[in-house]
Amino acid sequence: MSDAPDHRPTMAAVSFGARLDWAAPWLMVPALILLGFFAIGSMSSWLTLTVSALAMGMMIFVMASGLTLVFGLMDVINFGHGAFVSVGAFVGVSTVLALGHWAGAPSLVLNLLAVGLGVLAAMLVTGVLGWIFERVIIRPVYGAHLKQILITMGGLIVVEQVIVMIWGPDEIFFARPETLKGAITFAGAALEKYRLLAVAVGLAVFVAMRLVLRRTRIGLIVRAGVENGEMVEALGYRLGMVFVGVFIAGSALAGLGGVMWGFYQEVITAGMGEDMMVLVFIVVIIGGLGSVEGAFIGALMVGLMQNYIAFLEPKAALISNIALMTAILMWRPQGMMPVVKAK
Amino acid sequence: MSDTILTLTGVQADIAQYHILQGVDLAVPRGAVTMLLGRNGVGKTTTLRTIMGHLVARQGVIGFDGMDITARATSARARLGIGYVPENMGIFSDLTVEENMVLAAVSGRLLAERRDRIFAAFPPLRTFWTSDAGTLSGGQKQMLSIARAMAEDRKLYLIDEPTKGLAPAIISTMVAALRELKDGGASILLVEQNFAVARALGDHAAVMDDGRIVWSGEMSELADDAGLQERLMGLSMEGK
Ligand SMILES: Nc1ncnc2c1ncn2[C@@H]1O[C@H](COP(=O)(O)OP(=O)(O)OP(=O)(O)O)[C@@H](O)[C@H]1O
Ligand SMILES: [Mg+2]
Repeated sequence: MSDAPDHRPTMAAVSFGARLDWAAPWLMVPALILLGFFAIGSMSSWLTLTVSALAMGMMIFVMASGLTLVFGLMDVINFGHGAFVSVGAFVGVSTVLALGHWAGAPSLVLNLLAVGLGVLAAMLVTGVLGWIFERVIIRPVYGAHLKQILITMGGLIVVEQVIVMIWGPDEIFFARPETLKGAITFAGAALEKYRLLAVAVGLAVFVAMRLVLRRTRIGLIVRAGVENGEMVEALGYRLGMVFVGVFIAGSALAGLGGVMWGFYQEVITAGMGEDMMVLVFIVVIIGGLGSVEGAFIGALMVGLMQNYIAFLEPKAALISNIALMTAILMWRPQGMMPVVKAK
Repeated sequence: MSDTILTLTGVQADIAQYHILQGVDLAVPRGAVTMLLGRNGVGKTTTLRTIMGHLVARQGVIGFDGMDITARATSARARLGIGYVPENMGIFSDLTVEENMVLAAVSGRLLAERRDRIFAAFPPLRTFWTSDAGTLSGGQKQMLSIARAMAEDRKLYLIDEPTKGLAPAIISTMVAALRELKDGGASILLVEQNFAVARALGDHAAVMDDGRIVWSGEMSELADDAGLQERLMGLSMEGK
């Protein structure tokens, strides 16, 4: 501890490596992309794969962002998060299909309007569902991890069965809106338009979340609450209410991720959210529980690994992300950007 | 308006299966500094945490400013006007010093005049205003923790060991800041192990042992009676 309160330490004695330490996670993404370039060798394949990887990473981030905050804020493990992904996809896709004449028209404006309405409907429904989920399923099991795991898994199964009841047991195939089909050619590489859109949307969500978390009082409360909820309450804030808000927002974002993923795959199933959760949990863990930035970087890395390895060594694709998680946890056991927990 | 801001009557509280507070009776007068003293582990921090609502009082009544707050949520107690400086300081290390202060001004903005007063009391907070609070030294964190409680006027300040682990130079900064708060007419319940600080600031004193208040009276009375100190706390001013 310093006795010299007015003295400002200088960075002079800090090594270059140590100074880069905070930025290290941010450098992982460009490093992976560069590594991919040398491993793949072909410029056009590399470009196509990279865009596809970033699109996938962004969608996983959108799904994971709420989950990491929910965990960080109230120490709640929600295995049911995938339910919001599935519900979002079904509501969103159904809405767009119902607006078939808009979605089918060769007009970008009408197409985006249809998709926008689909996204709005999906986020509304998953937001309300999240609110009910928090009330009925999560609230009775605050502070009890095992119960949380069991009951949220139960909630997931119930929601999946409700989807089957409403939409039937079969997977639903469909096509993207007219102007979002196909690809543009850039530097000899085919870049799917939809993937570019997904990257833009994911980036927008990340920037918006960061702005809210850094520039607004509610964001400050959330960040402070992730570190020390008790103190936030002692200052006069009702953390429980903030948590419900974060849970609803996180559920709605998962719904958005579901719509995006549905249109990416052009097929939806009741179990699609559950299938995504393995990757989502990997992202939350390697990012550092409670860290939105960490989840963002983690999601991009997972997307890159998945796509590069699938191209280079298809057999290894399945284990690539587990390997990534292991490597990162060996480097930083708390994840890349751990949130300091005061307890 | 009663001249007591806070009363605890027969307050009992548990941590896990342990019966920690075993019937605390305490009255904190308005507009004065009340010292909460006692050996390590007798329940001083637990008492403050129970007043704040972090722990539920299993038995007894906590009255604040004429209201029964025993069943109120922590946030409601804070909004009634209790400022809390916890033993572990409760700094949000991922937030800047400024953001810590902004959050502490619950009812709105941190007034410039207030901020300047805090800078005057704790100059390092001005220096590190935009730094992450996690990078502050222990003493600077303690300053920030107290400054947060001072971000708005509170009816009562609960302050847990503000001089813990601090060098003498910083202790006198703390004492000066607390004295200024006191001179402004604040009501303070202060836990302190440093008897010189307790004697310098305290008007009243309550001594705890084994989860109960075993003595209460004027601070000067306790300060002047080495035998009483020895008996209550196993310490005396001799050699201090
Ligand atoms: N989490 C806990 N689990 C079990 N016992 C606890 C816990 N926290 C505190 N205690 C016990 O409660 C008793 C009172 O602790 P408390 O922190 O209130 O003491 P204190 O008077 O503030 O001590 P100090 O002067 O050392 O800060 C102690 O005997 C302590 O061991
Ligand atoms: Mg203590």
